[in-house]
Amino acid sequence: MSTHFLTVESLKKVFPATNGVANLPVFDDINFHIDKGEFVCIVGHSGCGKTTILNVLAGLDEASSGGAFMDGREVKGPSLDRGVVFQSHALMPWMSVLGNVAFAVKSKWPDWSKQKVAEHCTGYLEMVGLGHAVHKKPAELSGGMKQRVGIARAFAIQPKMLLLDEPFGALDALTRGTIQDELLKIVQATHQTVFMITHDVDEAILLADKILLMSNGPHAKIAEIVEITMPRSRTRAEIHHDPQYYRIRNHLVDFLVNRSKTYAGAEAETAHDAKNPPVVRPGLDGERAPVITLATEKVTSQLQQVKHAVNQ
Amino acid sequence: MNRLTLKAAFLSAILFAVFIGAWHLATLPTGGAVSAADAEYAKLMGAGAQKSDGFPPPAEIGKAFVHYLSDPMYDKGPNDKGIAIQLGYSLLRVAIGFAIAIVIAVPVGFLIGMSPLAMKALDPFIQVLKPISPLAWMPLALYTLKDSNVSGIFVIFICSIWPMLINTAFGVASVRRDWINVARTLEVNPLRKAFLVILPAAAPTILTGMRISMGIAWLVIVAAEMLVGGTGIGYFVWNEWNNLALPNVIFAITMIGLVGMVLDLLFGWLQKLVTYRE
Repeated sequence: MSTHFLTVESLKKVFPATNGVANLPVFDDINFHIDKGEFVCIVGHSGCGKTTILNVLAGLDEASSGGAFMDGREVKGPSLDRGVVFQSHALMPWMSVLGNVAFAVKSKWPDWSKQKVAEHCTGYLEMVGLGHAVHKKPAELSGGMKQRVGIARAFAIQPKMLLLDEPFGALDALTRGTIQDELLKIVQATHQTVFMITHDVDEAILLADKILLMSNGPHAKIAEIVEITMPRSRTRAEIHHDPQYYRIRNHLVDFLVNRSKTYAGAEAETAHDAKNPPVVRPGLDGERAPVITLATEKVTSQLQQVKHAVNQ
Repeated sequence: MNRLTLKAAFLSAILFAVFIGAWHLATLPTGGAVSAADAEYAKLMGAGAQKSDGFPPPAEIGKAFVHYLSDPMYDKGPNDKGIAIQLGYSLLRVAIGFAIAIVIAVPVGFLIGMSPLAMKALDPFIQVLKPISPLAWMPLALYTLKDSNVSGIFVIFICSIWPMLINTAFGVASVRRDWINVARTLEVNPLRKAFLVILPAAAPTILTGMRISMGIAWLVIVAAEMLVGGTGIGYFVWNEWNNLALPNVIFAITMIGLVGMVLDLLFGWLQKLVTYRE
């Protein structure tokens, strides 16, 4: 049994046949793991099954085969241990902002007094900068504010793991930047374990410790795991001054534009071990992303050294 | 009140005045040519007989209004009751039938809406039962229930249940997937989910169904009471027709319209209460 906080093993999803024609699996043999306190982003083209993977982790969808294990227990059905932030905020419009968060908090702690629930919720709403809007209805809020309420709701139940399904996809660039900063601050302060889907390469680099690159479906796979070797104390304003930033960014864009196709299912040309996707650190050297797979301990110690070097 | 509302009110008043004026002119007594037979008849009947040639003029309707509204609550035997009492009987029947329909339609609609299987299985029955005129049930109701009053209530029940049932099922079935998923990830128990998520989400659709049901029930009660007789505004209309008292019939028609409007406004207001803005 692995010692990782979350392990995904040989996950596969085939949607039911349409008009009697069997569908190809969207993805198969998906393997990855997440450690406690890690922020993992998953990047890939539309249709590669990112959202399905997230829904399986959330317990909202079932995989055709394979499974996910969190804290040593198999993920079966939704659980309060995993908070989800939905793409479309999914706030209940008939409840106030506070009511929406309180609904979640009361589900987790049914015995709490009204006052305790309200205090708890207000605390989290203040954390996302919405202390002034607690009694408003979602309809009175802007898109960015609604998404913040969604984030506060997910954090307020203090889940062991947070699942974010492209939470900023529908927001304009400016709002997105502000909320990214806020999320970064909150995650750094709470050491929350996060799994997030995004289409935005910059967002992934800013927030993640590890980026899972998915090849195109059908038969999508985790093609590579990109480690972000920049120090954790990043800010949106500073990050692009780091020489690593563009190397990582180029690597990701190059993957999405050119290489994601060649990993695809039957036509796969690259020698690729789906059970053990290569871990790459494009940030560390100027050369084009050499594929290095090392034993985890060794990697970690190397990473420590690198971090020291970078910090000095 | 804004300018448009004011203008519209003014226009309504003018239209009403023109209508009453035209009615008045059209029903002016022709005068003069009283036939010999009529004169004889008048003599026989004494002062009580007034020559009425056809449709009553608005002034007489006005008199009926004053007469009935000045004392709406009197009760002088089975054939002569105040208008408020008659309307009260009708409203009571509608209220009871409607309430029974709510008690059955909302929970059943909930179950149907939650289960695609139940929806598909029950759909043919609903589709066949829905278009049946509620009055067609009357003989069956009278035979089995053996009470005209209860039969009236049953007819109201059977006509109000379908729109409520269909709208509840539809409203529940089309609750946004996201909201259900939120409830699922929060491990909300089924009862709490039903009352705090699905019911408020489907409430506007359910209330629309109730509003339609109420409209139909108020249409049907008049016809039903004409059939079963005894009490109620429908019976009142039929009774006044038998008396050939057209002013009273017109008065009753107006009251039916006004009460129907108030009922609709009431449900419109309830609908507004539960409607949410996204």
